[in-house]
Amino acid sequence: MIGVKNVNSVADCFKSLRTNNQCALIPFITAGDPDLETTTKALKVLAQNGADIIELGVPYSDPLADGPTIQAAATRALRRKVKLEDVLQVVKEVRKELDTPIVLFTYYNPIFYRGIKSFLTEVKQAGVQGLVVPDLPLEEASTLLEPAKDMGIEVTLLVAPTTPIERIKAIATQSQGFIYLVSVTGVTGMRSQVASRVEELLSELHSNTDKPIGVGFGIASPEQAKQVKDWGADAVIVGSAFVKRLAEGTPEEGLEAIAKFCHSLKQAIV
Amino acid sequence: MTTTPIPANQSTNELPDALGRFGNYGGKYVPETLMPALAEFEAAYAKYKHDRDFQQELQGLLKDYVGRPSPLYFAERLSQNYTKPDGTFPQIYLKREDLNHTGAHKINNAIAQALLAIRMGKKRIIAETGAGQHGVATATVCARFGLECIIYMGVEDMERQKLNVFRMRLLGAKVAPVTAGTGTLKDATSEAIRDWVTNVENTHYILGSVAGPHPYPMIVRDFHSVIGQETRSQCAEKWGGLPDILLACVGGGSNAMGLFTEFVKDSSVRLIGVEAAGESVISGKHAATLTQGRPGILHGAMSYLLQDTEGQVVEAHSISAGLDYPGVGPEHSYLKDQGRAEYYSVTDSEAIAAFCRISELEGIIPALETAHAFAYLETLCPQLEGSPRIVINCSGRGDKDVQTVAKYLENK
Repeated sequence: MIGVKNVNSVADCFKSLRTNNQCALIPFITAGDPDLETTTKALKVLAQNGADIIELGVPYSDPLADGPTIQAAATRALRRKVKLEDVLQVVKEVRKELDTPIVLFTYYNPIFYRGIKSFLTEVKQAGVQGLVVPDLPLEEASTLLEPAKDMGIEVTLLVAPTTPIERIKAIATQSQGFIYLVSVTGVTGMRSQVASRVEELLSELHSNTDKPIGVGFGIASPEQAKQVKDWGADAVIVGSAFVKRLAEGTPEEGLEAIAKFCHSLKQAIV
Repeated sequence: MTTTPIPANQSTNELPDALGRFGNYGGKYVPETLMPALAEFEAAYAKYKHDRDFQQELQGLLKDYVGRPSPLYFAERLSQNYTKPDGTFPQIYLKREDLNHTGAHKINNAIAQALLAIRMGKKRIIAETGAGQHGVATATVCARFGLECIIYMGVEDMERQKLNVFRMRLLGAKVAPVTAGTGTLKDATSEAIRDWVTNVENTHYILGSVAGPHPYPMIVRDFHSVIGQETRSQCAEKWGGLPDILLACVGGGSNAMGLFTEFVKDSSVRLIGVEAAGESVISGKHAATLTQGRPGILHGAMSYLLQDTEGQVVEAHSISAGLDYPGVGPEHSYLKDQGRAEYYSVTDSEAIAAFCRISELEGIIPALETAHAFAYLETLCPQLEGSPRIVINCSGRGDKDVQTVAKYLENK
């Protein structure tokens, strides 16, 4: 297609980062908050300031895995009548100039409602590389994993601090792109400290899989990002701290704030 | 009364399957963090439902603390109210769950789950509540066993169920107000799940309906199936046969499953669930999930769901806080698709009329939730031939609702 960037898969992106011994930075923002135009700009700003992959949240009415910050962002976006179609339009738009892989973070019901095949076709056409579905554990994931594989969409599964080792192995085998390690027993949201259990979990995971591991939930500062990188993470995922900054003040102020923040996170893990 | 509850381990239900499915419905659509806790809960249930000490303790408490068995009462004046020109009328019986300790069926499940929680070593209990009946039941059993108790309740529901908020606090529970969304049962449930995700290691979530992720729909159903088991014995005792029709209100659907489960295999018994049509189905302000929704995922289970064309969950509406929920238990969805159970809806005003009618005719003030089941008699009875025996699950008492009803009647 003319004027559309060729984009690496999430797995390939990690491969090239690994070759250079680098840790990936994966910022998360909620699509449509404060508005779609800002989301479009924010994706570019993040890519320019060190984001290796971007996680784009599709606003949902009942975000069970999210804490107050992302819940509120989703509620605001839904109040503005932001639809999946609009979110995908944003991705299409940025694909004209952006080759950063984009992973959609969406709850399962909007996928199920649309029909898995139609959903996958639409996201693929828009230029999305991967999916994270926080309410679709391993047992329920096969209905999405198989057709997604056929279509070249990487579905990343989550591992939690409560996940037993046997289950970690099974999830690691099925997860695509990378493995999303939830760093806290809890919902998304900024924490002042990263639990030391993460170090242990990372080494357990690394000894069971070659796949890259991204650590997320609760990471809110460059110091924490560096800590997680030093413990062996292949990627650091930062969500609420971006969402909060982007929502404060005018959209221009928000964009400036996330540019600075993104840059500082990247510096911390280089 | 000679009814003896049959222990849950004699349940003849084959569903759900190992993945927690009733046909396509059910399952476990929850964050990974909760998966081990759901497995632990399922394992504990499998272990203790056959455990003699557990069953002895549970049966003892159901008898002496809850007051089971609850009576099956012949509602003579209500029955005669539906006399047809040929002089026949249906025989309407009430399964008096409103006479249980705390005034509703909810305690059957709350007390049994508390016993499991203690055996799992969890000393912190959380629960969601809509009408406050499940919250009161949970607060009650936590007081009884000295467990820490946090009840999530929508701010809208706290306003319309003030009496129950006071009762919960009196019982030593912390009532956590939920402002998200419409401040009703859906939002309270989401918040309870988030608490559980965060505190799963020391906390048990006593979910109060046959909804949520597996194994809740199965376990809550089994703990309430004592309602149907007693009903069977009581019918046998009173007329030596089965009831012809079972009638219950459906929000999440726990009292209905409690009554229906025992009779699902008796094909001669009609099973009827009554949902809340709110202001009216056409107005869009309703909670008629099974009759107006389509399959989707809410709070960990696939089931019928009120949702928009984007797959976003829409707000439900009902004057009854306990039915004000856009989802429904997955087994009800299965029974509906199988054609085994029928589901209808009645409006707020029909429910209020029934609330007043039952109070006047029988000297029993039913909960507004329960009043929905009674309201459907107006439609059902004229369609019936002869004198069929109808058992209504009188699932709760209405003291908590008198202010809501008074306000409604004043504004009319």
